[in-house]
Amino acid sequence: MTKRFSFSQLVLLVVTLALAVLWLAPLAWAVATSLKPESETTKLPLEWIGSEITFDAYALVLGTGGIVKWAINSTVTALVVTFMTVLFSAMAAYGFARTQFKGQRVLLGLVLAGIMVPPQVLIAPLFAEMVSFGLVDTWWAIILPQVAAPLIVYILFKFFQDVPAELEQAAFVDGAGRWRVFFQIVLPLSRPVLGAVSIFTFISTWNNFLWPFLVSTDPNTMTLPVGLANVVQGTFGLRYAQIMASVVLAGLPLLVVFVLFQRQIIRGVAHTGLAGQ
Amino acid sequence: MTTTVAAPATAAPVAKAKVRRGWTQHGLLFVAPFLIVYALFLIWPTLLGLQMSFSSVNIAGGNDRFVGFDNYAEAFSDPRMWRSLWNTLVFTVLSTIPLVFLGLVFALLVHNLRFMQWLWRLSFFGPFLLPSAVVSLLWLQMIYPPDFGLLNGTLGTDVLWLGDPSVAMWSVVLTTVWWTVGFNFLLYLAALQSIPQHLYEAAAIDGATAWDKLRSITLPLLRRTTALIVVLQLVASLKVFDQIYLMTGGGPEDATRPIIEYAYDVGFTGYRVGYASAVSYILFVIIVIVSLAQLRLFRKREEVAS
Repeated sequence: MTKRFSFSQLVLLVVTLALAVLWLAPLAWAVATSLKPESETTKLPLEWIGSEITFDAYALVLGTGGIVKWAINSTVTALVVTFMTVLFSAMAAYGFARTQFKGQRVLLGLVLAGIMVPPQVLIAPLFAEMVSFGLVDTWWAIILPQVAAPLIVYILFKFFQDVPAELEQAAFVDGAGRWRVFFQIVLPLSRPVLGAVSIFTFISTWNNFLWPFLVSTDPNTMTLPVGLANVVQGTFGLRYAQIMASVVLAGLPLLVVFVLFQRQIIRGVAHTGLAGQ
Repeated sequence: MTTTVAAPATAAPVAKAKVRRGWTQHGLLFVAPFLIVYALFLIWPTLLGLQMSFSSVNIAGGNDRFVGFDNYAEAFSDPRMWRSLWNTLVFTVLSTIPLVFLGLVFALLVHNLRFMQWLWRLSFFGPFLLPSAVVSLLWLQMIYPPDFGLLNGTLGTDVLWLGDPSVAMWSVVLTTVWWTVGFNFLLYLAALQSIPQHLYEAAAIDGATAWDKLRSITLPLLRRTTALIVVLQLVASLKVFDQIYLMTGGGPEDATRPIIEYAYDVGFTGYRVGYASAVSYILFVIIVIVSLAQLRLFRKREEVAS
C-alpha cells in the first residue's frame, strides 16, 4: 500500500516537474537575458548565463523613469477601479437583493443582460463618448468604463440573498438605519466575497490593455501595459537586455503578490471566475 | 465554491421583501451610483454603437448620415472582414481545446501531488498574472526570433514562427495557451477541492484503482464545471486582440488579424467609426449567442441547487 502510494506520487512528481519547468522556461529566459551584457544577448549557440552577471539593464531601465511612472499609474487606477467597483456593486447588489422599489425587476434584468456585453465591441462608441466629455488622456477615461461591471453585481447579489435576514432585523429593531445596517453589519459579514471580487477586479484592471491603450496617448497618464506596448513599437531599439529587464520589472509585482497571498488570490479568482458558484 | 444559491434570480427579491415591508425604503439610493455609471458607460455606448453602425459617421463625429444597412451590406461583402472573422473563429477553436484540456490535466496533477503545491501553482498560474504587453514582448523579442530565439535555438529548427503565414496562428495560440491556461487550471482546481473526500474513500474500500476513481468519480463530477469553462473560454477567445496586435499586428498577410483588430483598424486608423461599429456588432451577435448558452448553464445550476 505505502509503496504503491509513493510510486504513483513519484510518477506524478516527475510529470508535473517536467511541465512546470517547461512553463517557467520563458520567464527564466527573460530573467537570464536581462542579466547578460547587451553584446551577448543574441549570441549563438544559446547560453543561459553570460560571461558575467550584470544589472546594467535594470539600472538603465529604471533610470529612464518611464516604467516606474507607468507602474504607479497602473497601481493608482487599478486601486480606484477596484474600490469604486466593489463599493458601487455591493450597494447595488444589496439594493436589488434586500430592498424594494419601483422598476426593480426591470433594472435587475438590465444589469444581468449587461453580463453578455463584451467591452471590446464598444470601443468606437465609448471613445466617441469620451471625446464629447473631454476625458481623453485623463485617468477618468481609463477608470469609469471599467467600473460598469455587471458580473460583480450579479455575484454579490447572489451572496446577499443568502445572508440571513435575522441579523439585519435585529439591528433594525435596535433602531439602526438602512445605511448603518449595510455598512456596519452586511459589509463586514461579506468580507470573504468582497475580498474575492476585489482581487479579481484588481488583476483584470491591472492587466487591461485595449481600452487604456485607446484613451491614453500621453506618456504621463499611461498604465504599465500601454507604456510597454510603446516599447514593443520600437522606442527601445534593439536593446534586448533592457527589454527583458522591463519585462521582468513589469511582471514581478503581481507575481510577488501572488506568492505572498496565494490562497486568497486563488479563491478570489476561482470564485469570481465561476461567477460565484 | 461552497455558496449555495437559494432561488432563481428574478423571483426572490420581491417575494422576500414583501415580508419585511416597512424597512425597505432607500432601495433606489443603493442602486443609483452603480446604475449611473452603468447607464453612461455600458448601456449608452451599446445603443450609440448600434446607431453608429447605421451611419457613416467618422472619428471626428463628422459626416453623420443615416445609411440604413449599408455598413452591414458592405461588411458581408468585405473579404478582409470575412478573413478576420475566420481568423477569430480558427483562433477560438485552436485555443479553446488545449486551454480546457491542459487546464484539467494541470489541475489533476497538482491536486494529487501533496507537496510544494505553491510552486506548481506559481508555475502554471503565474503567467496569467502578466499583462499582455509583457507576454507579447517576451515571446516576440526573445522566444520567436528565427535566428537567436529560445525556440529555434533550443530545438535546432529554423521556423519563422511569426513570419510564416501558415505557422503564425499556431504561434499565437501557443503563446496564448502558455499565458492563460492558469485561469482554467485554477477553476478546475477549485472544482476538484469541492468534491467530497468520502466518495474516494468509499471507492477505495470497493477496491477501485486510481484510474477507476478518475473515470467514475472525478470526471463525471467535473462535467458541469467543464461546460462552464468551455463557454467562458469560447467568449474569451472570441474577444482576442492584445497578444495578436502586439506580436504580429495581424500579419503576415492578414493571417492572424482577429475581428476586433479589424474593427480597430477601420475605426481608429481608417477613421470610419460607423463601419467599425457594424463590424464590431457582427462579433457582438456571435458572443451574445455563446453567452446565452452560459446564462442557461448558470440557471440550470440554480435550479439544481434550490
